[in-house]
Amino acid sequence: MKFVDEYRDPTAARALVSQITALSGDDQFKLMEVCGGHTHTIYRHGIEHVLPANVELVHGPGCPVCVIPMGRVDDAIAVAREPGVIFTSFGDMMRVPGSRGNLLTAKAEGADIRFVYSPLDALQVAIDNPDREVVFFAVGFETTAPSTALTLLQAKAKGVDNFSVFSNHVTIVPPLRAILESPDMRLHGFLGPGHVSTVVGQRPYRFVPSEYGLPLVTAGFEPLDVLQAISMLLTQIREGRCEVENQYSRVVREEGNPRALAILAEVFELRPHFEWRGLGFISQSGLKLRSEFSAFDAELKYRIPGVRVADPKACQCGEVLKGVIKPWECKVFGTACTPETPIGTCMVSSEGACAAYYNFGRMHREAAVALGRRSQLTV
Amino acid sequence: MCLGIPGQIKVFSDVHEHLARVDVSGVTRVVNIGLLEDEHLKVDDWVLIHVGFAMSKIDEEEAALTLDSLKLMGQAYEEELEALSSSKTSSESGDR
Repeated sequence: MKFVDEYRDPTAARALVSQITALSGDDQFKLMEVCGGHTHTIYRHGIEHVLPANVELVHGPGCPVCVIPMGRVDDAIAVAREPGVIFTSFGDMMRVPGSRGNLLTAKAEGADIRFVYSPLDALQVAIDNPDREVVFFAVGFETTAPSTALTLLQAKAKGVDNFSVFSNHVTIVPPLRAILESPDMRLHGFLGPGHVSTVVGQRPYRFVPSEYGLPLVTAGFEPLDVLQAISMLLTQIREGRCEVENQYSRVVREEGNPRALAILAEVFELRPHFEWRGLGFISQSGLKLRSEFSAFDAELKYRIPGVRVADPKACQCGEVLKGVIKPWECKVFGTACTPETPIGTCMVSSEGACAAYYNFGRMHREAAVALGRRSQLTV
Repeated sequence: MCLGIPGQIKVFSDVHEHLARVDVSGVTRVVNIGLLEDEHLKVDDWVLIHVGFAMSKIDEEEAALTLDSLKLMGQAYEEELEALSSSKTSSESGDR
């Protein structure tokens, strides 16, 4: 197909890479891709290998599975073990480690834990099992939260009183701010998230240039999208501009999806604090159900242990999520921590930086150099 | 879990519940289009589907591009399609 080829065209890619090389000159640039989907594209297509060595991509906190702290997984398991409860979860969350096992091990030990594709499936389980209590383990950024919100509106309209939501929804802006405030971070710009932006639009990112003096370009998920967004970031820097730009305008609109935002605001409100894996407590970063929906709030319906659990000492997910270290620099990467037996969340989801590195068998070019090999290691 | 899968709207099956039958890689699924109520969707329009909801309207080129990318993802895409197929509420057989 013509248009597919256009976005994979090697000539166009080469042209963009030479543009990036020319723009970067002899200076060092560190750009963060916020979204796990971009991390996936970058590894999948070996984008790090074609960029000049002085343009470095660091992987941000935009994988909703990766940012759930251990204590919240323990809380989920505690609810799942309550008598009479059917606990429903997206498949990605099933292997995320808590302090003692994960949802899969809890299921093996007898808890009724079911995998669902959609929050609507969880609601349907509740309708089909009126004598049981059904809880949905809600995770995700603004991409996913409107779906949970709409499901809750339906549950309320239908009077389904045996359904509740354990909300772990988070918002994208507060962790960006936390990263910008972090003293060990040196960034020159951001590749803004694609799907989250279809909901929130471009406005929420304006603080990045206005308060921190850094450019942000929202990018699509094709390799050429990512390359073009990098080129747009460097162009801004070289022209002395600093703005929010939209490379992915074929999907993302300036104002986002006002209807989805209205539904979100109707059902959810910001928590004062929410704990993020590796980033600690971030103010106003998590979403909880509004009091009008308290009958559907699993945190009010059940006793939640709420014990904060420190990440395992060996695990460096926090540093990976902040882009301070590369996945392969973590002490347990690929040895004790693998996608089959993950210690840290970044190894669980296919959008996590560690799993992406591991699955594509790529070594970062620095690692390749350190090991004295050629950098063209194959997939 | 953040994958968006393109689907093409075939029938508006339940206006009250905001449901539409959508063709996803040759298989008909039922998705909720409530988040795109202001988009005035029509039959044959393309949407990006995420956890059973249409989350954005896209054009045909974008749909082809996204599908092609997803196929390249291999296992992750197959797992997502499998998950979609396992979804009771999106099943066409109407066992809701």
